[in-house]
Amino acid sequence: MAQCLCLRSLLTPCGTRSLGMHLRIQSCLDGTKIYKWQHRQVGTCPTLCTDSKSPAASKVTVHFINQDGVRNSVTATEGESLLDVVVNKNLDISGFGACEGTLACSTCHLIFEEDIHERLDPVMDEEVDMLDLAYGLTKTSRLGCQIVVQPWMEGMTVHVPKGIKDQRELAGSKKTQ
Amino acid sequence: CGSGSPPAGRSGFSAGHRSFSSPPASPTKVCVVGGGPAGFYTAQSLLKGSPHIQVDIYERLPVPFGLVRFGVAPDHPEVKNVINTFTQTAQHKRCHFLGNVHVGKDITIQELMQAYHAVVLSYGAEGNRTMGVSGEGLPGVYSAKDFVGWYNGLPCNKELQPDLSHETAVILGQGNVALDVARILLSPLDLLKKTDITQNALETLAASKVQRVLMVGRRGPLQVACTIKELREMVNMPYTAPDMLPADFQHVAQALADLPRPRKRLTELIMKTLNEDHRGRQGVKRWGFRFFRSPLEVLPSADGSRASGIRLAVNKLEGVGDAVTAVPTSEVDEIACGMIISSIGYKSLPIDPAVPFDFKRAIVPNNMGRVEETTGLYCSGWVKRGPTGVIATTMNDSFDTARTILQDLESGAINVSVSRPGSSEVVPLLEKRGVRTVSFADWEKINAEETKQGTAVGKPREKLLDVREIMFSYGLCCLISQMTKILQSQMTLSIHSVH
Ligand SMILES: Cc1cc2nc3c(=O)[nH]c(=O)nc-3n(C[C@H](O)[C@H](O)[C@H](O)COP(=O)(O)OP(=O)(O)OC[C@H]3O[C@@H](n4cnc5c(N)ncnc54)[C@H](O)[C@@H]3O)c2cc1C
Ligand code: FES
Repeated sequence: MAQCLCLRSLLTPCGTRSLGMHLRIQSCLDGTKIYKWQHRQVGTCPTLCTDSKSPAASKVTVHFINQDGVRNSVTATEGESLLDVVVNKNLDISGFGACEGTLACSTCHLIFEEDIHERLDPVMDEEVDMLDLAYGLTKTSRLGCQIVVQPWMEGMTVHVPKGIKDQRELAGSKKTQ
Repeated sequence: CGSGSPPAGRSGFSAGHRSFSSPPASPTKVCVVGGGPAGFYTAQSLLKGSPHIQVDIYERLPVPFGLVRFGVAPDHPEVKNVINTFTQTAQHKRCHFLGNVHVGKDITIQELMQAYHAVVLSYGAEGNRTMGVSGEGLPGVYSAKDFVGWYNGLPCNKELQPDLSHETAVILGQGNVALDVARILLSPLDLLKKTDITQNALETLAASKVQRVLMVGRRGPLQVACTIKELREMVNMPYTAPDMLPADFQHVAQALADLPRPRKRLTELIMKTLNEDHRGRQGVKRWGFRFFRSPLEVLPSADGSRASGIRLAVNKLEGVGDAVTAVPTSEVDEIACGMIISSIGYKSLPIDPAVPFDFKRAIVPNNMGRVEETTGLYCSGWVKRGPTGVIATTMNDSFDTARTILQDLESGAINVSVSRPGSSEVVPLLEKRGVRTVSFADWEKINAEETKQGTAVGKPREKLLDVREIMFSYGLCCLISQMTKILQSQMTLSIHSVH
C-alpha cells in the first residue's frame, strides 16, 4: 500500500548529517494517491545523488538472491537506492529496511560480489557503525539503503545474508542495559 | 486508504505463502499477547506464512507499539519508522488489534488458549532489575525504566517528577539505555523541543541544573555494553565534552590490535575522547564513563531525606575475553551526586500462574519459541530471550517463532480440526468484565489527535499521558457511535417488549 520513494536530490550535500525530506506515497484503493512529506534524519547520503526520476536515468538489471536462495532479477533505475528497489519491486525479503533507509537498523544488509564491492562509493563511519551490528557480516557487506544504483552495476548480483538464526549469537544481542 | 487493501512493500504479505497439504475448513486463529515489536513481527510473519491464519493482537495499553513508543528515545525518530510496517500489519484484513486488555488480569491465558488454536506470548519485559544496595529507596534514586517511561509519556510514570536540581547525575550501567538517559539529560533543549518528548518532561528539563552525567560500569572500557552509534551521538553532541579518567584506560591501547572490528572501532572511539582536552571550555556540559566500579551503597544527605552520593567498590578484572568478571577490591570510591539512575536492566515478569516461568533467567522457558510443557503456547521477543537486543534482533527472533508455529501447523502438532471462536468469544467476555477494547481504528483517532496537538507546538506528536485521557479522546470520537448502539439496543428492547 504505502510505497516509499526517497528523493535524494532534495537532500543536502553528500556526506553530511542533515534533516532530509522523505516522501511517502500512499496508493489508495480508489486509485488516488496521497503524498505525504515527512521529515527524517538522514545519516549520510551516498555520493552522486542522481534524481531517479530524471528522464535520462538508465535502467540497470540487478539480481537479488533472497534468504532462501531464490533469485529475483529486476530492472532498477539509476539513482534509486537498493532499498528503494526492494520496496518498489515488491521483492519478498522479510523485514528488509525496517528503519526505511535512515541508518538506524542494518536490516537492509546485502552482500556484494568482490569486484563490485571494490567499486562502490566509500563507506562512511555511520554506515560501518550499523554494519557492525548486522548478522552474517562479510568483507563485502554493505547496507542496501546507502547504495545507489549506477549504470556500471548492470548485471550485478547481491545476496541477502542467509542463516540469520545461526548468526544471531555472533553479532546480535548488542543492546544491553 | 484504510484496512482491507492488500499491503505491499517491505512486509511483503503478497508473496510466499506456504502450501498446506489440506487447508483447514475454518481459519486458524492465533492470539498474540503484547503489541510491541515482537507481537507485530510475529503477526506479520504468520499472516505472510499462511493464508488461513487470522491473528488477534491483545495489548495491555490502549495504544500499540510497546517500547517503540515508550522506550526508544524521542530524539531517535528514525528508529520509530518501524511503526509504518506495524501499521500495515495491523491494517491487514486478517489481523485485529485489541488494546486496553490486560492479559492475566482481564482474561486468563487458559481462556485465550480455549478460544484460539495457538497463543503467542510477546509481552516484553515490564519489570526492573534492582541494585540490591542500601539507600536504593531514597528520593533522588530512579530506575532508568521509570525515567525513560516518564520522558516518553508512559501513563504510569507521568507523576515521576525527577529532581534535576543537582549538578551531577550518576547512571549505573553503560548500555544504550544509559546513553539514552544521559543524552536526554544533556541535550540542548532546542533539539528536544522538536521531538515527541512529553511537554511535562521538556519543562522539567528546561529547569534542569544537571551539568555532568557519569555512567558507571562494573568492568572496563573493553567490555562497555553500548553500541557505537549511540556512543558516536554522545561524542558529537553539541555543547558537551567527555569527562573520563585516563587511569581507567591502562593496557587498553595494547589490546586494540587483537579485537574484532566492531569492538575495536568502539574502543577507538572511546579512546579518542581521552585525547580531547576540554578543560577551561565554558558553558559545556560533561558526560563520562567510570569503569571498574560497582555500587555498594547510596549515601543519604545529612538529614537523611534524600540521596546525596554513591559509594562504589573499585573492581579488578579476572578471566579473559568475554568471560572476564569484575571482582571487588578493598578500595572504595565515592561520587557526590543529587540523582542516581539505575540502568542495569529490564526484566520479564510472570503473566499467569498457568504459564511456566524461569525466575532465574526471567524469561518464559521455551524451545525455539515453543513454551515448555504447554502445547499451543509460544513466545517471542524479550520475554523469550531476555531484555537485550535491538529491534532487528527482536524481529529475527519473532520470525523464528512464527516459523516454528507454521511448522507445528504443518506437522499437525497444533490441532486445527476443531474450529475456534477467537475474539468473537473473548470480546463479549471482556465486555461482561467491564473491559472496553480499543481497536486499531480507534488508535488511529488517538494518533490523529496526538499529531494535531503536536503540530500545534512544532512537535511530531504530543502524547496523551493519561489512560483516561486517551480513552476519552477515543471516547469522544466514538461516543456518537456508542450512543447510537445503545439507543439501537434500547429500541430493539422496546420493540421486543411491545411485541
Ligand atoms: C529505553 C529503551 C530504548 C531502546 N532503544 C532502541 C533503539 O533505539 N533501537 C532499537 O533497535 N531498539 C531499541 N530498544 C530495544 C527494543 O525496544 C526492543 O528490542 C523491543 O521493543 C522488544 O520488543 P518486545 O515486543 O519483546 O517488547 P515490548 O516492546 O516491551 O512490547 C511488549 C508489549 O506487551 C505489552 N504487555 C505487557 N504485559 C501485557 C499483558 N499482561 N497483557 C497484554 N499486553 C501486555 C506491553 O504493554 C508492550 O506493548 C530500546 C529498548 C529500551 C528499553
Ligand atoms: S534500512 Fe535501516 S539501515 Fe538501511
